[in-house]
This record gives sequence, C-alpha cells and structure tokens, in this order.
Amino acid sequence: MNFNLDKKQSLFKQMITEFADKEIKPIAAEIDENERFPTESVEKMAKLGIFGIPVPTQYGGAGGDNVMYSIAVEELSRVCGTTGVIVSAHTSLCVAPILEHGNEEQKNKYLPKLCSGEWLGAFGLTEPNAGTDASAQQTTAVPDGDNYILNGSKIFITNAGYAHVYVILAMTDKSQGVRGITAFIVEEGTPGFSVGKKELKLGIRASATCELIFENCVIPKENLLGKVGGGFSIAMKTLDGGRIGIAAQALGIAQGAIDETIKYTKERKQFGKSISFFQNTQFQMADLYTKVEASRLLVRSAAFKKDSGVSYSCDAAMAKLYASETAMEVTTKAVQFHGGYGYTREYPVERMMRDAKITEIYEGTSEVQRMVIAAKMFK
Amino acid sequence: MKIVVCIKQVPDTTEIKINPKTGTLIREGVPSIMNPDDKSGLEVALSLKDKYGASVTVITMGPPQAEAILLEAMAMGADDAILLTDRKFAGADTLATSNALAGALRKMEWDLIIAGRQAIDGDTAQVGPQIAEHLDIPQISYVVDIEKDIHDNTFVIKKQTEEGYQILEANTPLLITVLSSANKPRYMSVNGIVTAVDKKICVLGAANIEVDEEKLGLKGSPTKVHKAFSKGVKSAGEVFEVEPDEAVGIIISRLKEKYII
Repeated sequence: MNFNLDKKQSLFKQMITEFADKEIKPIAAEIDENERFPTESVEKMAKLGIFGIPVPTQYGGAGGDNVMYSIAVEELSRVCGTTGVIVSAHTSLCVAPILEHGNEEQKNKYLPKLCSGEWLGAFGLTEPNAGTDASAQQTTAVPDGDNYILNGSKIFITNAGYAHVYVILAMTDKSQGVRGITAFIVEEGTPGFSVGKKELKLGIRASATCELIFENCVIPKENLLGKVGGGFSIAMKTLDGGRIGIAAQALGIAQGAIDETIKYTKERKQFGKSISFFQNTQFQMADLYTKVEASRLLVRSAAFKKDSGVSYSCDAAMAKLYASETAMEVTTKAVQFHGGYGYTREYPVERMMRDAKITEIYEGTSEVQRMVIAAKMFK
Repeated sequence: MKIVVCIKQVPDTTEIKINPKTGTLIREGVPSIMNPDDKSGLEVALSLKDKYGASVTVITMGPPQAEAILLEAMAMGADDAILLTDRKFAGADTLATSNALAGALRKMEWDLIIAGRQAIDGDTAQVGPQIAEHLDIPQISYVVDIEKDIHDNTFVIKKQTEEGYQILEANTPLLITVLSSANKPRYMSVNGIVTAVDKKICVLGAANIEVDEEKLGLKGSPTKVHKAFSKGVKSAGEVFEVEPDEAVGIIISRLKEKYII
C-alpha cells in the first residue's frame, strides 16, 4: 500500500499547480463576472496536453493516467471551477466514451484532435424530461439507409457551442426501454444540429451550458458509438468516470476556499489579534481540512482504481458525493469566516460557494450517488 | 548543434530565514526549485532547438535529490540530463563548482553552453563565467536574447548592460549566461513529463571527471563564509501618491524633521 504520488504524478502536480496559479487564477473573477468562456485558457491548456491526459499516445494523448487527470481538474478548480469543468466534461464525457467504446476508425478520427485540444468535446444525455431518470429519453434516432435521423433536444450541455464533437444519446427503439438507447458521435456543423439557448447560471458562469437541438439531423451509421441499444450502458459507464472529474472539481473548489480562508483569517484582525488565533477558527478549519483531505483520498482512490482496471463505479459515486457536499460546506463556511467581505465579489470565496453548488447536482445528484452506493451495498 | 545548459536546484524563496544562532539557512519546509535564471537559460536552449534544431543536455551538480530539476528540464523538452553528485563535491564554493562542471563538460561534445546569470541562493554570478575560463572559450554574460544567423552560422546576441543593451556577434564554441528577464520559460508538457520519468539520468561522480580532487568540494574552495545574518525587518513605510512638486516638499520636510538637512 502506498499513498504517495509517483514521480510523473508529482511532477505533473508541480506543473499544473504553477500553471493554475499563473495562468488561470488571474482571470477567474473576470470570466465569472462577464460569463465569458475562456478560449485563451483552452488554447494554453491544449499546448500542454491537458485535453488528452489519460489517453494513450497512439491516439494522440499524453499517455498519462486518471490520477493525473484528477489532479489536473482539482488544481484548475482550486482557482477556477469553470476551467476545471471544461476539462472534465471534455475528457470524461467525450474523450473517454470514444476511447472506451469507439472502434479503431472512430478513435483515429476523433481522439488525436480532441487530445490536442484542436477540438473540444461535449456529451448530451440530459433532456427536459430525462434528468435523474435518464432512461426517459425522448430524442429519437431512426435508421434511414446508411444514416440515422435524429430529432429532439438536450439541455444543460457543458461546453456546448465551443465543442466540435458531441457524444449524444438517443432512443432507437422505444419498446426496448433503456436497451433501446444508442450513442452517436455528432460533429459541430452537421445539418439539422444546432446549439440553442445559453443558460444563465448561479455558478461556473464562464462555462458554456446550452441546449442542443436536433431537427432531422442526419448522422452517418459509422458515427454510431458502440452497439445499437448499447447507449444507456455507455452513458452510465461514462458518468462513472465523469464523477471522478466532478469529485476532483469539488475537491479543488474546497481546497481553494481553505487556502483563501487561511490567508484571510491570518490577515484579518479583530479584538487586537488575527482571527486565525481564535479557537473557533482553528477548530472549524481543522474539521473542514480533514473533510477535504478525506475527499482527496476518495478521489485519488477512485482514479487509481480506474487506472488499475478494476470496478470503480461505487468509489466514484462516494468520491463525488463526499467531495461535493464537502465543497458546499467548506465554501459556505469560508464565506462566513470572511464576514461581510466574503459576501462581496472583492474576495473569491463567494464565487467558490456559487461554483460548489453545481457539484452536488450535475453528473448525478447527491441523491443519485446515494442510490449507486446503496445499490452496491444491498445487492 | 549541441547545447548544454547548466542548472541549479535552489530553495524556493528570496525570504529564506537564517538561524541567528548557527548562521545557517533554515531549509526545512522550503521547497526546492530550478533556479529562475537557469530556467530562462533552458528556455533559450529549447527555443533554439525549436527554431534551428539542436540537442539539449542539462547538467547540474548537487545532492541526489537535485534529480528533480533534471526531470523537470527533460519534461520541458531537454533531451538528456547529467547529475554530478559525490560527497567529494560537498561544500563547494563557486570555484570548486565550476571546476567540477568544467571537468564534466570536457568529457562532452557541445557547441554552446548556457548558464543562468546567477542563483537566487548565492547571487554570485560567478559559476558560468568561471566555466568559460576553465574551458578557455569566449563568454557573453547577461544575455537577454539570442538568434542564429543561418547564413554564416554565427549567433547574434543581445546583452544587457547597466546603460542599455549591446548587440554582439559570436561563433561557437561559446558560453552565455542568461537573465530571467530574457523570456517566460515554458511549462512542462504532460507527455514531456510521462516520457521524462522513463529516461535515464547519467550520474557522474568525482572519479568520472578527471579533476584533481584538491580542486573539488570544500578542499577546493578558497571562499570562507565569515558570517551570515538576516537583514533587520523594516516597517513598510509611508506611501504618498502625489504630484512630483508636492512630493519634493514632503521629502524635504521629512529630512528636516530628522535633522538630516
């Protein structure tokens, strides 16, 4: 048993920490304020190979692992939750399903450009009437010669409008229930495919979250991902991996709030001394940091299991459940420690609190994580 | 073109504290980094490699843990790395260090040697120039830019001076020392990291470099540190953001208050 990062993981952590502090942190407040998608950050991260960390080099990836990927999302989210989720949605929800379920032609066609960051990826499962009950898909895909015709819409799609490649779930045979759902690779610019309304959100405001619309959208059969009827299984496996990314995002946000609060409570003086000297501060912060470190162990353990090729579904659910609820608690208390200043946009903790909330909701709500965990316990 | 870059591992702070009783540096809890001037020197080498093609070797003298900066250098794009490490090198001042590095460099092939101007822990700016002297090659210090003239294979070099800049031309073999203001060093790439950790670092000891042991380590170091101490902490002072005329008045009145004028 060894809890240490290996050489490449620690060297990577050194790099991404410095990159996050120098390149991402300085614009985090501005992109949040203006709800501006940070294309310049995407370009910078692309150069370093951040968009294909756990992908083998034969497909243009960096040849790293999921522990490194989780560290990337954690460190980026420590300073900017938006930047963390751009990488997470791209890697876990688009690159991973193509890598894990695509055929050689699909992998060779899509992965090199996705890993180089030339193309950004996204994933479309959620619909207005298919959220936690993802099986209630209303988007249809009807075979038509060498093509499928897609009709319907998807909502809350991260990276929408900036992505070039979308993994889309659609119903190919309603009578089969979840076994009638199929996954497709849809490229930007395909006739009949458009990006709809952009959501105005509480947090991760610089991330693009939009509706996707399919109106008689013609998708060639070679873009079918996996098998006909295999889409629901692909989606569930994809979300298992995605949960490591979101857990890492939550962990990063929580760590960022801890860092800011330590700094602030050391500087802030009341009753003649720094408020960091007060036992209330110290005891509460000790509890919070313990939870953050526990989250980190859960995240790294889930990522390590994914790298080891063993089942990690329950581990990812526990990591996401615990890290996201910890992020919400830590950031809320961080605002409290900052007092009135914490409630203003002069300090980053209010942004962190707004960003933390989504981690309890997307890629499976906390309730869904509890369902996944309990299902394993009581099977 | 073969380029060798000399790099050093240093403590990551300019505010490092000194134990007032022993006069030694308090190293605990201070992370080690690649010296900033050296990192810019490496960036110069990697940019030349990108533009004109070159092999870039990094070399450092230090304890075994100095391997960390060699890995970092390779993850940034250096092709290979040499670690000079031996108990016989311990306690080296700049002369003994440059003797050891020059010894290793004599055993290698190179056209251009790049060093950082100075290390943030010692601030001497002596090791690079001393290496050039030992090797009897020309040197240009305080370099902020270097371009290669592809027609006649010379380098056009911009050197910073106290008054401004000098533009110089030089042929290889050559040693330059680089300022950290020369560039913004690149980050390690993810694939660079993954491949760097699998590369073998060449480790050399005193026996491998054919330098008289009397010239190495503490024995070869004429420098003796008499005393080291922390500067006293000054208060932050008052800041006046006013027009120059008013500022002059304030300065004069303060100097008068203190009977300086």
